[in-house]
Amino acid sequence: MSRLLALAAETPARGHRPWPRGEVDAAGWTAAGEALAAGSFELLGLWGERDAVHMALREPQADVIAVLTLACPHGEHPSIGRMHPPAIRLERAAQDLHGLRAVGLPDRRPWLDHGRWRRDSVGEAEEASSEAAAGYPFLPVEGESLHQIPVGPVHAGIIEPGHFRFTAQGETVVRLEQRLGYVHKGVEALMVGADAARMVALAGRISGDATVAHALAAARAVEAASAAEVPARGHWLRALMAEIERVANHLGDIGAICNDAAFALMQAHCSALREQALRAAHSAFGHRMMRDCVVVGGVAAEPASGGLDAVRALVALVRARFPALVELYDETASLQDRTVGTGVVGEALVRQFAAGGFVGRASGRGFDARRDSPYPPYDALGVEVPIRAEGDVDARVWIRIREVEASLALLDRLIDELPGGPSRVAVPARGGEGMALVESFRGDVLAWVRLGAGGRVERCHLRDPSWFQWPLLEAAIEGNIVADFPLCNKSFNCSYSGHDL
Amino acid sequence: MAVSAETVVDLMVQGVQMALVLVLAPLLTGVVRKVKARLLRRRGPSVLQPYRDLARLLRKEVVLAENASWLFRVIPYIVFAATWVAAALVPTFARGLVFSWAADLLVIIALLGTARFFLALAGMDIGTSFGGIGASREVMIASVAEPAMILVVFTLALVAGSTQLSTVAAHMATADVGLRVSLGLALVALIMVALAENARIPVDNPATHLELTMVHEAMVLEYSGRHLAMIELAAALKLLLYASLVVGVFLPWGMASPGAGLAAHLVGGATYVVKLAVAAFALALFETSIAKMRVFRVPDFIGAALMLGLLGTLLLFVSRSL
Repeated sequence: MSRLLALAAETPARGHRPWPRGEVDAAGWTAAGEALAAGSFELLGLWGERDAVHMALREPQADVIAVLTLACPHGEHPSIGRMHPPAIRLERAAQDLHGLRAVGLPDRRPWLDHGRWRRDSVGEAEEASSEAAAGYPFLPVEGESLHQIPVGPVHAGIIEPGHFRFTAQGETVVRLEQRLGYVHKGVEALMVGADAARMVALAGRISGDATVAHALAAARAVEAASAAEVPARGHWLRALMAEIERVANHLGDIGAICNDAAFALMQAHCSALREQALRAAHSAFGHRMMRDCVVVGGVAAEPASGGLDAVRALVALVRARFPALVELYDETASLQDRTVGTGVVGEALVRQFAAGGFVGRASGRGFDARRDSPYPPYDALGVEVPIRAEGDVDARVWIRIREVEASLALLDRLIDELPGGPSRVAVPARGGEGMALVESFRGDVLAWVRLGAGGRVERCHLRDPSWFQWPLLEAAIEGNIVADFPLCNKSFNCSYSGHDL
Repeated sequence: MAVSAETVVDLMVQGVQMALVLVLAPLLTGVVRKVKARLLRRRGPSVLQPYRDLARLLRKEVVLAENASWLFRVIPYIVFAATWVAAALVPTFARGLVFSWAADLLVIIALLGTARFFLALAGMDIGTSFGGIGASREVMIASVAEPAMILVVFTLALVAGSTQLSTVAAHMATADVGLRVSLGLALVALIMVALAENARIPVDNPATHLELTMVHEAMVLEYSGRHLAMIELAAALKLLLYASLVVGVFLPWGMASPGAGLAAHLVGGATYVVKLAVAAFALALFETSIAKMRVFRVPDFIGAALMLGLLGTLLLFVSRSL
């Protein structure tokens, strides 16, 4: 029996689906932290509520997933971050949102709380902590001829807000420290007391570019909690949307990365293709980004007549045009000169942070929720997961290229083998706990929900893949030059909104 | 002292040249942007957009940083004046203008160097990190680009026997120059320097919004209103200057000779505009087909220009016919 299951089985919680959840004591909690530090567990998420802290873990060797819960009646719990750095930001966020104190946490600065809002923990409303309002001390840096470059939160382009504090020696970056939380919207607080439909709609608004994946994760968590079974056609249509979203975003990313190296030609062509993907989504599902198309129990509507043909035409178009673009990328020496060897992330770090998506796969960690924690219809389809070892900007571009190709093949099969029958089922409003892991274009999105007796949301948590990718960006840029940061940043393309929630 | 009619005409031609460069400069920028947009399958703004931008900036209020010194306020005018004078000295449609005795290539390099020096000062005056980054990168590039430019001038001077542009252009138009390896090297070196000096791809990206990658733009990030208008106009003039220099020295045909009639001047003007259009198209095509290089590769790039210039000069010492 796996160690993780043994820990979760000590005091199992009832009605947590599909993976077990167990209550542990402080010793069990610390043991899990030690297993994380030793690399035998992977951290999938850590979130708090008023008097408890939860941690979703995966044990790769045994291929099991479980949630551990530690009750914190006094608002204190032993810190995981002190043993396993990837948890530090999560614990700082739990401290800001729920007032939970992680004992031993090496970094006690507020994270999401900038002293601008009242603590929006579940049902609580306190004044913003004076600590957060007092100013944010960046980590000290010492050394000869170092200088600091503050960038953001407002940037020269129209992008999301985030602050980057560079310490540089000449042009070489010695340290990058991020400060995020500028787009905290209190989504999880809004979800409390909502019904499941509203919760899924809110989840779809967490990060606009991955609205299908977030809504799908939330919907799957609700369905797990209510033990509802979605009809096969619903699953397939959801996957159809998710793959269109993946293709559109990857195409946009590939172009944008090249544009950051001032190679606008790639972006012009990739953007045109992405636009075609959005139009196909619009004609099939009635919304360019497919927002609110995934609902509890299935999909909001059957594809419009001719919609599937539009998706088929999209697949044919991308198949026809994309290889020439890949060739252009591969054979433009000046562009390769910028991307190859830039912003390298090592495999050890990627494994420690359990980073998913192209960030993980470009550095040798092949986790893909569609394959490694499969959900329908991918369990029947099988997913090809590209993997590279270089860990540089170029590798992250290539992972995207290969994923576009894989998604095109999936789209073909999804349309050809689309089962008949209903695409939505009514989900009874009942209580329970559910969790879901869904692969967005960035990586695995985790959703966890506890529904009250009437089907109302008591607590919902969504963990964007960016939580474990942002810290790696800090590592990727070290030793690179300041002017290469935008390129590295774009190749990560982490979500600010999904992270800040 | 009686002013002869000839002097009046000469002064008028010189005046026309000064006005012409000022009027044409934004158009050249507009055409380059338009061609680039078309190459990217975009429609792109009208070629007149740079004029509209200048008019808009001139109307807008100037926002100054609190710690801006008087230097910050006067520098846009210094930069504009120096660049305009330099641009007006380069032969465009006619040779032997009144001021061509001053139109020495070294003078033009010095005028542009002055403008750059003051702009770098302005970048550091505010004390923001971007101004400092921009200024330090600009000066790093200039420290290689200026010697490269001077070597190009040496090559030309050795062929033409003068550093005076008018004389160089006149000599280059004669048949006894012929095809020379040294001139070919000088042309390549001059184009590379021109790309670097004008903050074009692959050295800098004039269209970027990424503040961390900027060179020229980072330096002038704090400017607004009429100050920014002056700097934008100066940048457009500089592009025109280098385009005129390349076409004027290496394609000197069609230029009106001193004392020629109105018809010759009109022909000179028309050929000049055509040559500029070709240069604009070539620049846009080149910029579309290449990515920007890493900041630290830039000295290698301009270093190559420096070596080409040096090689051109050396060849002329080895053999007068090369």
